[in-house]
Amino acid sequence: MSSQAASPVSRADERFRALRRLIPGSRYVSVLVTLGLLIAMFIAGSARYRGFASGQVVLNLFVDNAFLIVLAVGTTFVIVTGGIDLSIGSVVALSTMIAASLLRAGWPPLVVIAIVLLAGSTLGLLVGLVIHYFDIQPFIATLAAMFFARGLCYVISLDAISISDPFFVAMAQTRIPVGGGMQITPSVIIAVLAVIVAFVVLHYTRMGRTVYAIGNGGQSAMLMGLPVTRTKILVYVISGFCAALGGVLFTFYTLSGYSLTAVGMELDAIAAVVIGGTILTGGSGYVLGSVLGVLVLGLIQTIISFEGTLSSWWTKIVIGALLLIFVVLQRLFIARRR
Amino acid sequence: MRNIVRHRLFWPVVTLAALLALNVIVEHDFFAIRLQDGHLFGSVIDILRNGAPTLLVALGMTLVIATRGIDLSVGAIVAICGALACSMIAASPTPGSVGTVLIAVGAALVLAIVLGLWNGLLVSVLGIQPIIATLILMTAGRGLAMLITEGQIITVSSAPYKVIGGGYWLTMPASILIAGVMFALTALLTRKTALGILIESVGINPEASRLAGVRSRSILWTVYIFSAFCAGVAGLMISSNVTAADANNAGLWIELDAILAVVLGGTSLAGGRYSLIGTLIGAFVIQTLTTTVYTVGIAPEITLVFKALVVIAVCLLQSPAMQARVRNARRRRALQKQGTDAAGAPAVSPASLTNEGAAS
Repeated sequence: MSSQAASPVSRADERFRALRRLIPGSRYVSVLVTLGLLIAMFIAGSARYRGFASGQVVLNLFVDNAFLIVLAVGTTFVIVTGGIDLSIGSVVALSTMIAASLLRAGWPPLVVIAIVLLAGSTLGLLVGLVIHYFDIQPFIATLAAMFFARGLCYVISLDAISISDPFFVAMAQTRIPVGGGMQITPSVIIAVLAVIVAFVVLHYTRMGRTVYAIGNGGQSAMLMGLPVTRTKILVYVISGFCAALGGVLFTFYTLSGYSLTAVGMELDAIAAVVIGGTILTGGSGYVLGSVLGVLVLGLIQTIISFEGTLSSWWTKIVIGALLLIFVVLQRLFIARRR
Repeated sequence: MRNIVRHRLFWPVVTLAALLALNVIVEHDFFAIRLQDGHLFGSVIDILRNGAPTLLVALGMTLVIATRGIDLSVGAIVAICGALACSMIAASPTPGSVGTVLIAVGAALVLAIVLGLWNGLLVSVLGIQPIIATLILMTAGRGLAMLITEGQIITVSSAPYKVIGGGYWLTMPASILIAGVMFALTALLTRKTALGILIESVGINPEASRLAGVRSRSILWTVYIFSAFCAGVAGLMISSNVTAADANNAGLWIELDAILAVVLGGTSLAGGRYSLIGTLIGAFVIQTLTTTVYTVGIAPEITLVFKALVVIAVCLLQSPAMQARVRNARRRRALQKQGTDAAGAPAVSPASLTNEGAAS
């Protein structure tokens, strides 16, 4: 928007801006709306179903969606730069397949996890390089990566591979008590750590500010002397890494590798990010908002399972409706200031 | 020669030719077409028939992409239209009558147009980015299709309905004829009238074209309706071919195949320019690739890896950055040669060379 700063701004517009500045935290409107929605949904659920208003239901949101939280965090970086990553669902599937096949071959679990994370980051790096140096739209480059990763799953094996490695089983079955009879899994701790790291990196480091600068206009970021090339490639590495980490958590969750798993998970992650207040044109968004978005999606599923009579396809319809509401909200409240 | 290589359809055509050549090497009678019971059979016919739904969806997608938009919801629309038509036919007392089929087909196509209106409303009136606006229907659409089929896979046994996707007409598979006629009509309507140029102008700059007197809002609306309509016809074709409506799997990933077809055909996602012939070639590259993997004897699931490699290869070859780099290298070589040939003549200064390199 820097190019338009010099153009004369009408007086009404100026007054409008001044008014907007008076509203505290108007930047956070859509995140606050998401938070409000989450609380309202939880209260409604508690009023309607017995046994809903418990700490464990809240914690289960984290337990069941730990992998999605990690994915949404990675996607936030990409979307804030104005890009998109369609490959993460396939990378999750590829991660489960690599982990399961290597464990079956008798590799030590920590080495396996390291290899999975490396594979995801490498794929992200390749995608980033292609996007930057050949000027291919992120949509197409990550679409190709999506096909590629999904195809590699089938190359590894056409069938599901179950995992019986003691470390993975332990990670899946360990319950960590957090007091009051409530418990979480190790995956939740990993996911929360990932969120904290991402939060600090995106909001409190030079690299994070470069990410926002690219989303607001790559040209001006370049003119400011920011490391645009490096950062633009790095966000896809981050996204690939997060997808692989999400894949590892997903493997802990399902204890198997399967080629057809996580189909369409990239859409869940993108939906969570959008519901969490990130604008898809880039330049604005919050890591914690994306986490709230994932929790909203998780709560929808919890409510539908509590309801019992509703079929699972209602989940999709409700998510679609929520997306609509949030997108229109963004249009009304925080559409790009011109 | 250089003009041919530079033509934007050069690499897609080369890819298609290479794939066909590979097929002929593996299976010598690949191009053989035989007439049996008044119907045409053969590998090429199979490619055309299986590629028809993708081609149709890609046709609508081309116009959407030309306006700098994208329509992710086509796969969901395929599922919804198939579901509606099949459930109407299955629920009627006379599933075999032409009237029932016509009513069901009509209702499904009207629904497709309504869904297109919805997408168009979000994009052109509310000004939501196309990728998000259509993501909404993409997410919710399969849920709606499940609602129509009540979670079941609905099978229909209706001879007239079977014709759309699996039948023959004038010795040709009907789906090829339908796709061909739609393609020809679209080409005529957009290239023989000003419509095509108007669509491209909206893609280049919607605001400027509005100020120039183009009704960009109606044009945007029209292309989304057209895209949904094409997806609806493709949905009828797919469900008719397998005589069943599967809300979960009908048209799964067809939006991605269609976008790939459009991009392979040289239409840029940045909008403002499109090539229908390119889309035709792109759709056949994708379908031929799938068929080739079958004939060569590779597990069909691995098609995806090849698809990814072909897409990346063609996109890289077409990308302006790559072409500029190749041109630069060639020019530099020519300049160097010139420098050594004409000794004494003012040599090209190294500074201008580096400048050229940096400018690209």
